[in-house]
Amino acid sequence: MTTLLRTRELGKRYRRRWALRDCTLDIPAGRIVGLVGPNGAGKSTLLNIAAGQLAPSAGSIEVLGGHPASGPAQLAKVGFVAQDTPAYAALTVADHLRLGARLNPRWDAAAARNRIERVGLDPAQRTGTLSGGQRAQLALTLGVAKRPELLILDEPVAAVDPLARREFLQGLMEAAAEYELSVLLSSHLVTDVERVCDYLVVLVDSHVRVAGDVDELLSSHHRLTGPRRDPGTLPAGQHVVSVSHTERQTTLLLRAESPIHDPAWTVSRVGLEDLVLAYLSPPTAAGRPALEVLR
Amino acid sequence: MIEFHLDARSGVSPYLQLVRQVRQALRLGLLREGDQLPTVKDVVARLAINPNTVLKAYRELEHEGLIAARPGVGTFVTRTLSDASLAAHGHLRHELRRWLSRARQAGLDDESIEALFMTTFRAAAEEDIA
Amino acid sequence: MIWLTWRQFRVQAAVVFGAIVALAVVLVVTGRELADSYAAGLAACTASGGCSAFLTNFLRDHDAQYYGLAAVTMALPGILGVFWGAPLVSRELETGTHRLVWSQSITRTRWLAVKLGLVGLASMLAAGLLSLAVSWWATPLDEAGASARPRLSPVVFAARDLAPIGYVAFAFVVGVAVGMLVRRALPAMAVTLAIFVALQIAVPLWVRPSLLPPVEATVAITPENLRGIGMSSPDGTARELTIAVEESGSWILDSDTVGADGAPVGALPAWFSECDPIMLTGPPTDPAVRNCFDRLAEEGYRQHITYHPGSRYWTFQWLEVALYGAATLAAAGFAFWWLRKRLC
Repeated sequence: MTTLLRTRELGKRYRRRWALRDCTLDIPAGRIVGLVGPNGAGKSTLLNIAAGQLAPSAGSIEVLGGHPASGPAQLAKVGFVAQDTPAYAALTVADHLRLGARLNPRWDAAAARNRIERVGLDPAQRTGTLSGGQRAQLALTLGVAKRPELLILDEPVAAVDPLARREFLQGLMEAAAEYELSVLLSSHLVTDVERVCDYLVVLVDSHVRVAGDVDELLSSHHRLTGPRRDPGTLPAGQHVVSVSHTERQTTLLLRAESPIHDPAWTVSRVGLEDLVLAYLSPPTAAGRPALEVLR
Repeated sequence: MIEFHLDARSGVSPYLQLVRQVRQALRLGLLREGDQLPTVKDVVARLAINPNTVLKAYRELEHEGLIAARPGVGTFVTRTLSDASLAAHGHLRHELRRWLSRARQAGLDDESIEALFMTTFRAAAEEDIA
Repeated sequence: MIWLTWRQFRVQAAVVFGAIVALAVVLVVTGRELADSYAAGLAACTASGGCSAFLTNFLRDHDAQYYGLAAVTMALPGILGVFWGAPLVSRELETGTHRLVWSQSITRTRWLAVKLGLVGLASMLAAGLLSLAVSWWATPLDEAGASARPRLSPVVFAARDLAPIGYVAFAFVVGVAVGMLVRRALPAMAVTLAIFVALQIAVPLWVRPSLLPPVEATVAITPENLRGIGMSSPDGTARELTIAVEESGSWILDSDTVGADGAPVGALPAWFSECDPIMLTGPPTDPAVRNCFDRLAEEGYRQHITYHPGSRYWTFQWLEVALYGAATLAAAGFAFWWLRKRLC
């Protein structure tokens, strides 16, 4: 199977600050990958590097087997919908489609026109007067009609209302199904990621905290509740993600490759949102208020 | 044609929800042999979910022998679930009614009845697996 | 990419080229009248013996248009640098649209190359057109004013022939490069204007005079070459002589009266105050005037002049274009380097 994204100790530094560090990932093609993490965790940086918009300061990266900024051929393979979905305010919707047609060798003009019509955009309207949701739809149309193999979206629906967000995700998934697109998108809305993604990458503090197939992540993570005890005494192969204690009880969220048989624990499954939130909290902060979310 | 919906709060994974909705429709006679299922593209365009989820659900149903994909045409129902089991429904429902009224006489409220049913149901299911 | 650049640029282009073409039409119409009246006036005054009065009047009558057009021609490169160059990339960076266009199947190098090439050539065409029209219109006035305001003198030079094309290329590319550094349109426009104005002052003052070694000459002061006597100190005692060089249209850089030893004199001798009122106005045949010139010559007073002869006009035009052209290429090289290495 070909690789969608392959990075080795990838890093990006701005002056003294590392925006992304030691990022090593292997994501197979054909996936819809969700990148989650708090603001400033390095999501945009990683996506911009993958889209060839930004040069890394360390490590290596391969996207669909090629180097991101290697030339027009690689740019044609990867679509990119940038954060806040920028558009030329003075140009019309039709102008933007023309821009896409002029600048992309594999442009699908019919698909672009159909999409614009279906989402109800007026081709003669200037994009400066479009709503955030409409602009996002235009950006998605440009990204899809380019006919890339991979579409990268940086927080595409962060600033739009729930209805527009749903419509956007519908359009995105439809395109993914129709053209067998791989998708790499960042979001801080775990519910969206849960709905559309089958591969998850959690970035915290410019480091990758966890990455993997969503189903595998869900089946390998467990919530354990039982009498209070020290998490250091757990058997090998069980990695604590988060801990919280009350006077008598200990609640653990852990990752284990094999089933848990210890009868002292009550084992329950973990939803994706709780899983993500557990990884977003600092791992050593047992008992801190930040872990309230786990109860 | 069946129209899918998703309940994000149910805790049941999306693919399983789709599988259950097809089975349910088959049981209730809403889907019959020869009926076409919506295409993957139509389902994801409606629900905004991952295409692989729909593919996985369809694969599972195909594996169960309920549906079959005809390349280039679509996915069709090959078998119904209604005939054999529907006949048994009436009798079972009658017994359940009687059980429910006994439970109320014993002083259980709705929530207790539901909890009792679910725990027993799960325990039985686990015993079956084991 | 050409289409997109044109689509973004066409309104500005229409405004500027519309204005220039309109001005050019006016200049063609009035320029022919101007040339006719110059030719007629010159013929008349040559027939009647003296042309200095006609030339003075002719120049004075057209001063407003002459300097006005020079100002417009000199300002255009700055305007285009500020309004076309500075926002070209900075506006995209400011509104984030660079991320839209860079994610199409086109390298950013090509994107910048097309933008720079197309808009840059348009700005050179605009400045070239204006300069051509103005230079042609002003031909009679430049001829009439060859000694009073030679074409090589800074104000005229910058508004004639090739020089404005060099200026506009430079102003435009510097505007683009500054915009990439500053990343915001308004500050970029201000910085571009400041750089351009500073160079327009610095080059004629300190750079252009030394592009070629100037000619130095020490000449006798004669009724023929004495053009003016000015005061060079506030109390009115020191006098400064304005002496014309033989070649017309020369750009005088330095002009000092020197004594017998060849060193510049701080002030002319006291007796000169008697000559001052009559040397320019009195007829050269007047013995008193004659005496003044003779006495200056006897006491060894001569004029030391450093200048660029008028024949160097085209050499200087090409040198100016080469100078600004080299600066333009350097700025463009920097812009591409910055785009690839730093601008992310």
